Amino acid sequence: MSLATPLLAVVATMVFGGALFAVLGKDPVQAIATIFWEPLFGEFAFFYRPQLLIKGAPLVLIAIGLSLGFKAGIWNIGAEGQYIMGALFGAGVGLAFYPMESAFIFPLMVLAGAFGGWLWAMIPAILKVKFGTNEILVSLMLVYVAEQFLASMSLGLLKNPEGFGFPGSRNLQQYASAHNAELITGTGMHWGIVAALVAVIFAYVLLARHQLGFAIRVTGEAPRAARFSGVNPTRLVLFCLGMSGVLAGLAGMFEVSGPAGQVTIDFNVGYGFTAIIVAFLGRLHPVGILLAGLLMALTYIGGDIAQSQLGLPAAAIQVFQGMLLFFLLALDVLTNYRLRFGAGEVV
Amino acid sequence: MKLTSLLTSAALALGLATTAMADDKTKVGFVYVGPVGDGGWTYEHDKGRQAVEAHFGDKVETVFVESVAEGPDSERVMTQMALDGADLIFTTSFGYMDPTNNVAAKFPNVKFEHATGYKRLHPNVSTYSARFYEGRAIQGHIAGKMTKSNIIGYIASYPIPEVIRGINSAYIHASKVNPDVEFKIIWAYTWFDPAKEADAAKALIDQGADVILQHTDSTAPQAAAQEAGNVVTFGQASDMGQYAPFPRVSSIIDDWAPYYIARTQAVMDGTWESMDTWDGIGPGMVGIGEISDAVPADVKAEALAMKAALADGSYHAFTGPLNKQDGTPFLADGETADDGTLAGMNFYVEGIDAEIPQ
Repeated sequence: MSLATPLLAVVATMVFGGALFAVLGKDPVQAIATIFWEPLFGEFAFFYRPQLLIKGAPLVLIAIGLSLGFKAGIWNIGAEGQYIMGALFGAGVGLAFYPMESAFIFPLMVLAGAFGGWLWAMIPAILKVKFGTNEILVSLMLVYVAEQFLASMSLGLLKNPEGFGFPGSRNLQQYASAHNAELITGTGMHWGIVAALVAVIFAYVLLARHQLGFAIRVTGEAPRAARFSGVNPTRLVLFCLGMSGVLAGLAGMFEVSGPAGQVTIDFNVGYGFTAIIVAFLGRLHPVGILLAGLLMALTYIGGDIAQSQLGLPAAAIQVFQGMLLFFLLALDVLTNYRLRFGAGEVV
Repeated sequence: MKLTSLLTSAALALGLATTAMADDKTKVGFVYVGPVGDGGWTYEHDKGRQAVEAHFGDKVETVFVESVAEGPDSERVMTQMALDGADLIFTTSFGYMDPTNNVAAKFPNVKFEHATGYKRLHPNVSTYSARFYEGRAIQGHIAGKMTKSNIIGYIASYPIPEVIRGINSAYIHASKVNPDVEFKIIWAYTWFDPAKEADAAKALIDQGADVILQHTDSTAPQAAAQEAGNVVTFGQASDMGQYAPFPRVSSIIDDWAPYYIARTQAVMDGTWESMDTWDGIGPGMVGIGEISDAVPADVKAEALAMKAALADGSYHAFTGPLNKQDGTPFLADGETADDGTLAGMNFYVEGIDAEIPQ
């Protein structure tokens, strides 16, 4: 039943989304087909399919990390900030070597990106285990701090010296050693996508086979039982927040050195927050997250096509995406609880 | 990379051929950074798009995508428009600069027009912008005359030359008519975010500002000023006439329609070529909104005289003697700033007590 709800939610979204598009005066069938069919099987699918991977990879990578914590009841809401810091650390290391060409630069950037994300996630983690602060608030607030760092770096330290005073770093796409380029031409496949797939497998094995995965699951389902079975909550908090930080940092690093190319003030576009939706849409299951990430990417890409071809407003697409999460959560309530109307007795 | 570009251009050639056979409409795409209902920057670009439709009727088809994030998303949207057979694509935000040039490299037969940037790496890329600083000069003049607290608040967006130029131009002309005037500048780091803009406006009003200039696109600062009651504002990018006659006493209006129509015509005629356009009040790319009756008649007359002088070129908004903020000479007596200096302006003029964020 819990496997069927995401599918039901997608169907319900199509029905009600279609109704919304009809009210806006668009052909609902054509609109839904444009969003879901066009990017996959349309005339220009050869362009959109790789774009799905490019758009989906950071979502999957971040959501996998978040899902580990979410399963254990550890709520990292600040992946956006860890994503920014990973990008800044990664790009910073790459730009420090400019214009030297060497095969070691990119691996160093990967390490730096992972470290940046980890470092940023360690702040709420250590505050939580030492002082019992709420990781939801701390990690969220650190997003805004990271955004200020991003602005400062784009305007100061990492600013392109040949950029005529405009903010933004050098474009890493034009610096071969630091460029996260396509691995196979025309597929869109870059290292970030490889990392996302590896993360899915790694998380699957961890949760299904490893003792740590057991600890995560038990803590989320029965915290007291977890303590009795010898789970160390401090270590678990540090691991879950640290791991989600590492993956978010990697996502930021692969994005800045590949598809985005530059550190700019507006570099982050909300992947860290969308990934929370992806994690829940995928039922916190690694394979589910992979599919959910691709589905989210599909609605973004299809949504842009629908805007341009059918003249649908951007807000309608956002409502459509919102419906998806709403129906999923609503159907979850109906699966897990039975609604009883009338006077209920207070037990 | 080479194979991809070959593939895409081949696909494009096919796409173009089929659309050309189906109809001979010129397809024009617009990529917007904000929503079309922002009431400012994107709203005016969309009015330009509608003007193109109205002017050419059945001969054109326009498409647009709104609220497109700068970066890989914009690159995908541009590619999608090119694949769908667009002949001409206007990308209307500074941050679309590298994506525009990347996509232009893959589609040599599609013309690209990038607003407010400076990179034209391919023969099918043009850049265009407006001399908003001319409008800022008039605003500064009115602001300097209207302020009673001598504190003028300025909601700045990003510390790029265009914004810094506007601050300088406004300050030069405000302090010319009111030497005691002081500028308080808040950097919002956004082009469009009503909540942030309202916060910035309130913060400036709390600091004693009774005139607010904005380089952000929403009407939120106008609403904040209206609530405060005695604060003067100016419409930005669009007329924002719903707040006239007070707090909005005038406005800078971007009028892209003539340019968009001319460039679309050039594509139809096959005369389009890569160029950089930077037009001001004279050619009509920058408009000054109705100066309301809240402004004293003599001030209004002076402002209109300055507008006429800027339009016919007898006056330049950056005319010496002027010093840079650190006291070093910028322009000698009677000297005017050249376009190169203006385009890359990254310093304040003398008298502004603030720092450009680094």
